[in-house]
Amino acid sequence: MAGSPVQVTGTVLTTRRVDAYHALTVVAPGIADRFRPGHFVTVAVGGRDSSMLTRRAFAVHDVKPDYGGTVELVFGVRGAGTAWLADRKARDTLDLVGPLGRPFPLPRDPCTCVLVGDEHGSASLFALGDALQQRGCRVDFVLGAPSADRVFGALRARRMGETTTLTTEDGSLGMRGTVTDVLPGVIADARADAVYACGPMATLRGVTAVAVEFGIPAQVAVEESMACGIGVCMTCVVPVIGDDGLTRMLRACTEGPVFRGERVRFDDVGTIPFDALGAPGGRHA
Amino acid sequence: MTADLRTYLAHVELPNPVLTASGCGGTGRELAHFSDVHRLGAFVTRSITMAPRAGRPTPRMAETPSGLLNAVGLQGPGVEAFLDRELPWLAERGARTVVSIGGGTVTEYTALARRLAGAEGITAVEINLSCPNVEDRGRVFARDGSAAAEVVASVRAATPYEVPVIAKLSPDVADVVAVARACVDGGADALAMINTPVGMSIDVDRMRPALAAGTGGLSGPAVRPLAVRCVWQVHAALPGVPIVGMGGVATGRDALELVLAGACAVAVGTALFHDPYACPRVLRELEELLQERGFDRLADAVGLAHRPVGAQPRTRTDLEETSL
Repeated sequence: MAGSPVQVTGTVLTTRRVDAYHALTVVAPGIADRFRPGHFVTVAVGGRDSSMLTRRAFAVHDVKPDYGGTVELVFGVRGAGTAWLADRKARDTLDLVGPLGRPFPLPRDPCTCVLVGDEHGSASLFALGDALQQRGCRVDFVLGAPSADRVFGALRARRMGETTTLTTEDGSLGMRGTVTDVLPGVIADARADAVYACGPMATLRGVTAVAVEFGIPAQVAVEESMACGIGVCMTCVVPVIGDDGLTRMLRACTEGPVFRGERVRFDDVGTIPFDALGAPGGRHA
Repeated sequence: MTADLRTYLAHVELPNPVLTASGCGGTGRELAHFSDVHRLGAFVTRSITMAPRAGRPTPRMAETPSGLLNAVGLQGPGVEAFLDRELPWLAERGARTVVSIGGGTVTEYTALARRLAGAEGITAVEINLSCPNVEDRGRVFARDGSAAAEVVASVRAATPYEVPVIAKLSPDVADVVAVARACVDGGADALAMINTPVGMSIDVDRMRPALAAGTGGLSGPAVRPLAVRCVWQVHAALPGVPIVGMGGVATGRDALELVLAGACAVAVGTALFHDPYACPRVLRELEELLQERGFDRLADAVGLAHRPVGAQPRTRTDLEETSL
């Protein structure tokens, strides 16, 4: 972990709608200072006497130095918690904890990277793109979603990336299909050396399969539902193969959210693989 | 003047009554980013098992109104890794550590207690009795007074005499007092209550249980009245037995409620998921509430709600009149 997380009461600076998503900019200097691309933050929702006990985790879209440091969160309304958050106005306060998780590892030498984002998962790619470009890397974007209004950050990707490929499942923007359909072509054209991806588990699985075919590393940021975000609740576990070849149930919040794609056993997500460390009936190491 | 917040678990003194609840504080390292573990009354570990355990499949968690259902399944690295990596770290930081243990048979609990007996830095051992008893068709130990007492007696026998043994009870029983009494008769030095009652939630969109395991333990403010009731009943029946109260404690007021019901220490659980700084906050709020009510010592408030109607709110004034 790059820096130890802090709990802050941040003030909402601005709120805006971005197509199907909401974006909140919150003044949170302690978090902005420690932020690295790939980190996430958690927010307590529902106010002081909230009946919603779990914190909501969000990727950080942007970190800016104004007002001592701000972070911008991008989210879609999926339930009562995110609906409450979408109702926040400027000058409201939010209980934030961050930065959390293992950030994206960056290449030592300049290389060509393809950044893949599905739906609002693309939000966390732009800070990563900045960091990669500062290291002299070439950055290509592949962004997708079911429909045009749910593709996040297409404009910014076009400005930043060497190339940007957009996909929608209904064909309303860019190519018809999913990000994994176009990824082989983009990797081949760019002669990419690495892939970074954020999005739902099924997308990450597809992206990893493509990267493996090309023999290049994939770094994927998983989205697992979590209650605490700091590693105490043990609810966000994913089966991941370790350096020793042994599968362990690792917490997406502290050992992740960024994993090496080929190490994540996507087929076994939602189960305890029989050969995992400590699996019921398995051999104990 | 600050109130004297010291409390005792059997003969072991704790500087303050706020503990973490088992399974809610991780290894301690995660919470250390937010507050020092040695400032806790004690750090209670997740339930340690003999062998490593991968736990239950995901989804393991579902949010319910003012509550949280979980079915983690005691994921953990096993007792050897715990003694190698986790306990020394806690000891190094001066944390008082209560080690929670879980097993499927009486033999497994005993073996765990024996393995822990030689280790440095254990303040107390807490027995998680809400584990399925493999030898009794998976019925949890806490449901059956004699099974619970058997575990307590064998753990007590295998644990050094200076380490208190705490039995953690479940509210899912017909008569919590009977189980509590059986545990005390079996040798428990203190009792902890409540473990999570079993609940269930169904996702109406997927039309399937929200948890992969189907059922899970319910925690959070939703279960606090259950906790208060259990602490009240057990304290009334066994006033001399120290009780660690837990179940939905999120504020100092909640902690005081359990103290007034008869708990001499209070554990914070699910609130830690919501607010990693909850323990020091609850302690500060509890201290302020005690001062507002004119208490010099926490011990004077323990079980005070049991006093007869019409009695003086503070019963210890008689001590001031004697020359002793």
